[in-house]
Order: sequence, then structure tokens, then C-alpha cells
Amino acid sequence: MSDEHDIDPHGEVSVDRIRLADEYAGESARHGAVASTDVAEYAMRLGDDALVLAQHLGDWISRAPELEEDVALGNIALDLIGHARSLLHYAGTDTGRSEDDLAYFRDEPDFRNAWLFEQPNGDFAHTIARGLVASVYLVELYAALTESTDLTLAAIAAKSAKEVDYHRDHAIQWTVRLAGGTEESRRRMIVGIGDTWPYVEELFRDDELVERLAAQGVAVLPSSLRAGFDAMIADVFAEAKLELPTGRHAYIAAGGGRQGKHTEHLGPLLAEMQVLARAHPGASW
Amino acid sequence: MTSPADLSLVGREFSPEEAQFNDLIAEDSRIEPRDWMPDAYRKTLIRQISQHAHSEIIGMQPESNWISRAPSLKRKAILIAKVQDEAGHGLYLYSAAQTLGISREEMTDQLLEGKAKYSSIFNYTTPTWADMGSIGWLVDGAAIANQVPLCRASYGPYGRAMVRICKEESFHQRQGFEILLELMQGTEEQRRMAQESVNRWYWPALMMFGPPDDESPNSTQSMAWKIKRFSNDELRQRFVGMLVPQAEVLGVTLPDPNLKWNEEKQAYDMSEIDWDEFHEVIAGRGPANAERMRRRREAHENGAWVREAAAAYARKQAA
Repeated sequence: MSDEHDIDPHGEVSVDRIRLADEYAGESARHGAVASTDVAEYAMRLGDDALVLAQHLGDWISRAPELEEDVALGNIALDLIGHARSLLHYAGTDTGRSEDDLAYFRDEPDFRNAWLFEQPNGDFAHTIARGLVASVYLVELYAALTESTDLTLAAIAAKSAKEVDYHRDHAIQWTVRLAGGTEESRRRMIVGIGDTWPYVEELFRDDELVERLAAQGVAVLPSSLRAGFDAMIADVFAEAKLELPTGRHAYIAAGGGRQGKHTEHLGPLLAEMQVLARAHPGASW
Repeated sequence: MTSPADLSLVGREFSPEEAQFNDLIAEDSRIEPRDWMPDAYRKTLIRQISQHAHSEIIGMQPESNWISRAPSLKRKAILIAKVQDEAGHGLYLYSAAQTLGISREEMTDQLLEGKAKYSSIFNYTTPTWADMGSIGWLVDGAAIANQVPLCRASYGPYGRAMVRICKEESFHQRQGFEILLELMQGTEEQRRMAQESVNRWYWPALMMFGPPDDESPNSTQSMAWKIKRFSNDELRQRFVGMLVPQAEVLGVTLPDPNLKWNEEKQAYDMSEIDWDEFHEVIAGRGPANAERMRRRREAHENGAWVREAAAAYARKQAA
């Protein structure tokens, strides 16, 4: 048992879990690549999606249905913060702002996330439904973005692709389990999917910015990801014996997050996230 | 002949099983789940390991309070990783206790019904961000001082779980120290926030080592069984010895005017700990006892349908 004797009880500690030095994926950290205004705007959309979803998921930690889910949802939140940091760091190079300037000192109309990501946690089924849509979309997105002609975006996408693949597994397994578990869990899963589906459409909308960037091979056209998304969802729903929402739930939300228009859920989320940083402008933490 | 590890055996003949247990303890070997062990040893371990697991789980709450408001994305990521580690520690410890013949459900019920204890330190609240620093530096620091000797605990699954936990706790302590260091090098408001937080947590952290040696009823037997290796007061002294130079580096003042190295005793003199406060918090009258239990019950009850669904799905798959 000599290994245990070697641990110094006087608190000589080592940091082996996370390197405390900033860890950014991508070329910008290594080579100081600077994003153009268009690329910065695009990176901000992706970064805000990840950040806002991570902020919601953080609320589950210590409140999850079982300890294993405290760990799993925490892991997903942690991965998403990593993606957000890399993307916002890169987005900030255009205007000389840091990841924290962008996260903590922008107001609601300056956030570029799609509406899906700001939808509340709801019950566990809602969180899973939102996670399913998000992760199936993100797997398609990052797989395509690894081919980007922008080397920073390609590197961030390559790192993120492996992680969102795990997030997708997690969401699919729970979708199938809740749909096939008890009557109650199936009912809740169906409600969760119904409440989430209005926010699917916005994810796949093209606009002038992505069209310009896609023409240069930098961005992925959201509309090009729809077929892959639909195919995967069809497989999952077939296994879970679920159907795509119809009737009332076939409603499509207006969207507009990419232009800074948001639902009423984003403001309170940002107020909470930003409160301490804004109380001490210029402070270092 | 070695003296018996089980103090109830002093002065009588041992059975062969008892003799083997004593020998294993005497030679510093591990007791493993299939080995014979005295009932009282088993019960003591179940009590201690499950209390430790519960402490990890309840201990997630005061820190998760700041996940949503962490003042930078880097700090947010580190805090999530830390709270997530605590859930992981709870999981290994429940598993270690399960090897002694108790189920996770039973232990969870004992916690939720208020029959099992958890470390009373987690009944304190975290009003400022600096408390994330103090919890890491002082609370995790005290936990490490308590837990490192447990890596050598005679019961194998417990000792091995503790090795892993101690490695992660070291990281936690470091991140707490760094939070305070950053604050102490920051604005006047940040420095005040840090000092006030250290003032709040210092005494409760010292109480974590338990009552003074002459009032600690379970210690003697636990030391003979080699579950516990050092007395409460010995560990408390060591911990203070570790804090003093670190406080100097930080530039914070430890809130004890009588804290002084005593060359003759080779130990620190310190003020009397307010044990009335300790007993009040243990008795359920701390700053957040009710809130901690309410939140744990609420999470458990809100998650019941999810756990039932997972169990029902697993049964259908097995059929």
C-alpha cells in the first residue's frame, strides 16, 4: 500500500483533472487567427447556442432524477461550455473582445442563439426532448463543419463532433427508455416532444450571412443538414414508437434568434448568468 | 500474541475467524468483502461510508448555488467539474458500502428520512462567490486531512475508493485556493469578499475534525480496527499547520487572535472552538439544514417517475 503513503496529508496538491490554463480548440489560439466580421457573427451564433444550453443544463446538477444523471448532464454542460469558449473566443478576435466580454457583457438583443436552446428545462422529458433535437442537429452540423475552409472552425468542429456524439447517445437512450418505460413516462415524453418541436424549423433556416459564408466553404448551410436530421429522428422515433407531432403541435415558432429576437426565456437566464460579473466590471476572477 | 483488534474480545479466547481477522488487521492487510468480520466493524463501516457518501451528495448543493452565476466561463467550467466529481464520489462510496450488504435505496431512504447523518459543514450557506474559494481551500482542505489516512483504512473497498477521491479532492482544494488568490489580488471589494468568507468558514472547517479527543466516543475502537489512523485533535493540528503558511501567501487573516505556534508543545495554540455551535448545527438548527433536506427530497420525488421508467424499460428488455 505504499502508493497511499505517498499522498502528503499537508495538502501538496496537483492539478491533473483540468489544466487551468485556458484551453481553446482551434487555430486561433495557436496561431492568433482573427475572424472576419462575417465569420465572427457565425461563430457567435454557434457559441451562443452552446452557452445558453449549458447554462440551462447546469441547473440540473444536484437536482437530477438519479446521481448518474447529475454526472451525465454535468458532463454535457461541461462539453458545451468548452465549445462555447472556443467559439466565443474566436468570435471576439474580430472586435478585440474576450469570451467573457461576449458572454457577460452583451445584452439580450446581441445574443444569436436559436430559440430551441433558450427553452426552459421543464421536466426531465422536456430536457431530453430539447437535448435530442439539439444533439442530432449538432452532430450533423459539426460533422459537416470539419470540412470548413476556415481552419479554426474546422478544428473546433472536429473536437466538438466527438462530444456531441455522446450527447446524442444520451438523448436517444433516454428518449427510447422514457417512451417505452411506464405509461406516465411515455405521456411525458410525448408532451416534451410536442413542446419542443415548434423550435426545430429555425435551426435549418438559411439567411444571407450563411449563404455568403457557405459560398466560400466557411459555413455549412443549415438547410443542408435537414435531411440527415430527419433521417436520424425517424430512426429514433421508429424505435421508440413515437410519432412526429401533428395538429396543434405542428405549430412552427417564428424564430429570429440569429437576428437577436428572443423568447421571454432568455432575459432571466442572462440576468442570472451575468449578475456577478456585471457587479464588478473590469474585475478578474 | 497480538492484542485483539476488536476491543470487545479483550481478555477472552478468539474463534479461528476472529483470530484471522485480528491477524489481518495487525499486519496492515486489507479486509475484503468476503472475509469474516465482526458485526460491529461492519456496522461502523456502513455508518461511516454512507455518511461520507451522503455528505458528498448534500455537499453538491452549496456549490451548485453558484454554477449559474460563476463570474467567468472558465470558473463556471471548473465549478461544474467539481460538483460533478462530488456526485461521482457519492457513487463510489455508495458502491463501497453496498459491498457490506446494504443497498443504495436503503441508504438513500435513511438520508431522506433524517435517520442518517451527513457532514454538518454543508448546512452552512454560500452568500458570495468567495465561498466557492473557501469551500475548496478550507472545507476540502479539512476533508483531505481527514481522508488521506482513510486511504489506508483496513476495509479494502473503502480504502481504494478513498485513494481516488483524495486525488480529486486535491484538485478541488487547489481550485479553491486559486479563487481566493485571484480575489485577494483583485479590487478592494473582492479582497473584502474573500476575507469575510474565510471568516465565515474557518471555524466550521475546524469543527469538521469532530469533537476533542477526550469527548469522541467512537474513536478508540475505530483506531484499533485501523479504520481511523489519527485522532481528531492530531488531524486538526496538522490542518492548521497547513493553513498558516497558505494564509500568508493569500494575504488573508485567519480569524483567531490566539493562533500562535507553541515551541514547547510543538503545536499551535488556538482559541476554544465554539462546540455549542457545532452541536446546534448537528441538531438541525444550522443555517440551511431544512433547505438541504427539502431540496434532496424534492429531487428524489421529482425523479421518481424517471427511475420507475428506467426500471420498467429494463424489465421489458430482459423479458
